[in-house]
Amino acid sequence: MNMSGERLIAAPRADVWAALNDPEVLKACIPGCDSLEKTSDTSFSAVATQKVGPVKATFKGEVNLSDIAEGEGYTITGEGKGGAAGFAKGGAKVRLSDAEPPEGKAGPATLLSYEAEAKVGGKLAQLGSRLIDGFAKKMADDFFNRFQTAIEGPAEPEEAGEASADAPAAEKKKSWLKRLVG
Amino acid sequence: MPKDHGIGASSKRREDVRFLTGKGQYTDDINRPGQTYCYFLRSSVAHGKINGIDTSAAAAAPGVVAVFTAKDLEGVGGVPCGWQVTDKDGNPMKEPKHPILAEGKVRHVGDPIAAVVADSLAAARDAAEQIELDIEELPAVIDMRAAVKGGTAVHSEAPDNICYDWEFVAENKAAVDEAIRGAHHVTTLELVNQRLVANPMEPRCAIGEYDAGRDEHTLWTTSQNPHVIRLLMGAFVLSIPEHKLRVVAPDVGGGFGSKIYHYAEEAFVTWAAKKVGRPIKWTADRSEAFLSDAQGRDHVTKVELAMDKDGHFLALRCSTLANMGAYLSTFAPCIPTWLHGTLLAGNYRTPLVFTNVKAVFTNTVPVDAYRGAGRPEATFQLERTIDKAAREMGIDPAELRRRNFIQPDQFPYQTPVAVVYDTGNYGATLDKALELADVKGFAARKAASKAKGKLRGLGIANYIEACGIAPSSLVGALGARAGLYEAATVRVNPTGNISVFTGSHSHGQGHETTFAQVVAEMLGCSESQVDIVHGDTSRIPFGMGTYGSRSLAVGGSAIVKSVEKIITKAKKIAAHLLEASESDITFANGQFTVSGTDRSIDWGTVALTAYVPHKYPISEIEPGLEETSFYDPANFTYPAGTYVCEVEVDPDTGVVEIQSFVAADDFGNVVNPMIVEGQVHGGLAQGIGQAMLEGCTYDESGQLLSASYMDYAMPRAADLPNFVVDHSCATPCTHNPLGVKGCGEAGAIGSPPALVNAVVDALAGHGVTHIDMPLSPGRVWEAIRAARH
Repeated sequence: MNMSGERLIAAPRADVWAALNDPEVLKACIPGCDSLEKTSDTSFSAVATQKVGPVKATFKGEVNLSDIAEGEGYTITGEGKGGAAGFAKGGAKVRLSDAEPPEGKAGPATLLSYEAEAKVGGKLAQLGSRLIDGFAKKMADDFFNRFQTAIEGPAEPEEAGEASADAPAAEKKKSWLKRLVG
Repeated sequence: MPKDHGIGASSKRREDVRFLTGKGQYTDDINRPGQTYCYFLRSSVAHGKINGIDTSAAAAAPGVVAVFTAKDLEGVGGVPCGWQVTDKDGNPMKEPKHPILAEGKVRHVGDPIAAVVADSLAAARDAAEQIELDIEELPAVIDMRAAVKGGTAVHSEAPDNICYDWEFVAENKAAVDEAIRGAHHVTTLELVNQRLVANPMEPRCAIGEYDAGRDEHTLWTTSQNPHVIRLLMGAFVLSIPEHKLRVVAPDVGGGFGSKIYHYAEEAFVTWAAKKVGRPIKWTADRSEAFLSDAQGRDHVTKVELAMDKDGHFLALRCSTLANMGAYLSTFAPCIPTWLHGTLLAGNYRTPLVFTNVKAVFTNTVPVDAYRGAGRPEATFQLERTIDKAAREMGIDPAELRRRNFIQPDQFPYQTPVAVVYDTGNYGATLDKALELADVKGFAARKAASKAKGKLRGLGIANYIEACGIAPSSLVGALGARAGLYEAATVRVNPTGNISVFTGSHSHGQGHETTFAQVVAEMLGCSESQVDIVHGDTSRIPFGMGTYGSRSLAVGGSAIVKSVEKIITKAKKIAAHLLEASESDITFANGQFTVSGTDRSIDWGTVALTAYVPHKYPISEIEPGLEETSFYDPANFTYPAGTYVCEVEVDPDTGVVEIQSFVAADDFGNVVNPMIVEGQVHGGLAQGIGQAMLEGCTYDESGQLLSASYMDYAMPRAADLPNFVVDHSCATPCTHNPLGVKGCGEAGAIGSPPALVNAVVDALAGHGVTHIDMPLSPGRVWEAIRAARH
């Protein structure tokens, strides 16, 4: 399964890069992420709970960063073992570039583009293979929605994504990133 | 009036009373005192190097009795292979070890790595989750065409992944090449016979128990042949002498071949039960069945058929890649060779046949016999190619077949592929099938379909199979590591009722009914006086079990031989009681009579006298009335027939609807017509399943994608038409006492080509010449689209 896409984020490239390297941001953005801890400058250990079709499992695994080009992008790869459910692995090449701000917004903007692949094995492949493509696309969409929101702050309340719905009302206007990093 | 009793009667299946009322006793219904449960941790990658296994947490988990990995199994042998094929250079096939638990490497998704034995299944499963595996994934070998080019090897013993490269008939190679070069026309077809999963209703199950007081092992298992398991497991895996090992295969819910083989789980529970000192049960769940039951078919083949200007077949040349999977299952090597190459003459007089078969290791579940086993693959190649040839030559498909048939006066017929057909009449089944299918009315039906926007097609396929497996001397020469006779003991009890102990094993075939009919016919008694015992090595004589449509032809013949011995001895007893000469005694309808007199005694008196020998010729014969026979057939049997299928295809959606299906089979004599018809129905359902629905699919990394009934499409009642089944064109087998040929596999052999031929016929106007199975709407629609462009 391969996917690609891009996001136009209304924030300077340095901020987007910082967010991409912040375990707290990543943890908040990975759907179902229970924990994400930095184990070195380029690796994290992660625990995430996912449900694919009939299979629900907690995946434990490593996330590694490679091909790191400061401010330009990196390759993020991960492999999670879900016990009896099998395994999931995948990765994404993420690239950042300066861009014109989105319509109606001023200031610096960054174009984030990604090429991702995902693979499953064991019970997940046996029972959920038909669902994986849709699942992976939704995972990617959810991740980048949350990531964008984390940097830009939520859109106007009526457009706010579910991710920010449970945040205290007072903090709603404040971006996740700012909330998380102070 | 049809018979209501004995041979020829449609007696109701007596075993169904217990099956339909929940009284069946399957392996999983058995529970032993102190029983533990086993769960196998299986590989989730197709190919990998095991760098480490940490079982310490699992071993300490609640309820766990023990955890085992390969290192605990020192001294235990691998799962043996029962057939050795010799390659074209005279070398034995590559036969890598198939360990009980993975040693150093895993080679397919589902390969067992560790076994947890615990007080409950839940505890075993939970503990297995705590086993830490360090497996380095290796590139997977999946596609056979890529596998034989080398690169990654499944086994280091076979760097090009080829188990054997087999040629047959090697001496004919040059002549076949020559005939193809000089022929008026050569029809070429490349096709895939896709991989299938057997899917018996009852998943596999095994219980091992060790009696320390007697030093005896017992294995209850879902097997089609308990003595074969006892021999293979006792002698080759666990070194348990046969007198200390009992194997019981009680009621078994379907096998279709997948329960012939000796499996690692059986050996494990037998071995480990002694280690832990408690009985151990393992029951596969359905996912596990998909990952561990031997699968079927999986051939990629090219066929070339050379003809003269009148369509007479001159030569046939085939080359096949046959998937073995990751390890050699018990009979895997013989399926694409001796059960396949020897059938390539089909029902025809083709004088020259040559086939090359390369058996290939891949990182997939092992492949072995599945209903038909080799013969469906041969039939599909032949009948699809002949159909294509008919179209290319502008000859009616039925006529082209008829023109090449072996004629009734040519039997016994020596084929160019070793086997000798004893008897048959292929024109008779063709005529019968065409008549029953109302082929004359096809044009009108086709026009009616066209009027509503549908495409109608008619498909014909003949088949022949070699059944009644098999003459031991012949299969021994071909590499079988066992004899293939059958055994039967017939015990007349003192009050005259009869217990029959057969080496055949019933797992859906209805032996308890059919065998009783044979004995009742011979002894002139009621069927209810005859009981059929099977499936327990401690009760039955050493028998080879049930597969290859052999039970009645071979197992039934052994019963007949024993009953004949019983009658001979009973006549001696009767002669003594009647004070007459033995040669004057006739036996009919359960009465022993002195010829030409009214003096007679009944069966019961003779039986009782045998066991209460107060007035008995004790100096001439022993008391008792019990006989054992081993029957080793002189030849295979050759059931044959013609299947005609009519379909309607929706060209807009690719949906195929079967409109009618006719099966005209020659099974020789028939003991129970209803059971035979049921066997044909079942075979047709599985053959149509292959043609239309089923397909076992791995992704490029070896993940099994079709591992549940969400993704593996089994045929359901609504997918099948009403079958018209006929077995009136009988030419009795010439070399067994009942004149029977076997009917279990025919339906699955003849139906796929009939159906595909029908669909290709429907689409011929669109330029479609072939579609690989299964003919799903998507594939049919794609074929129409591709042919248009």
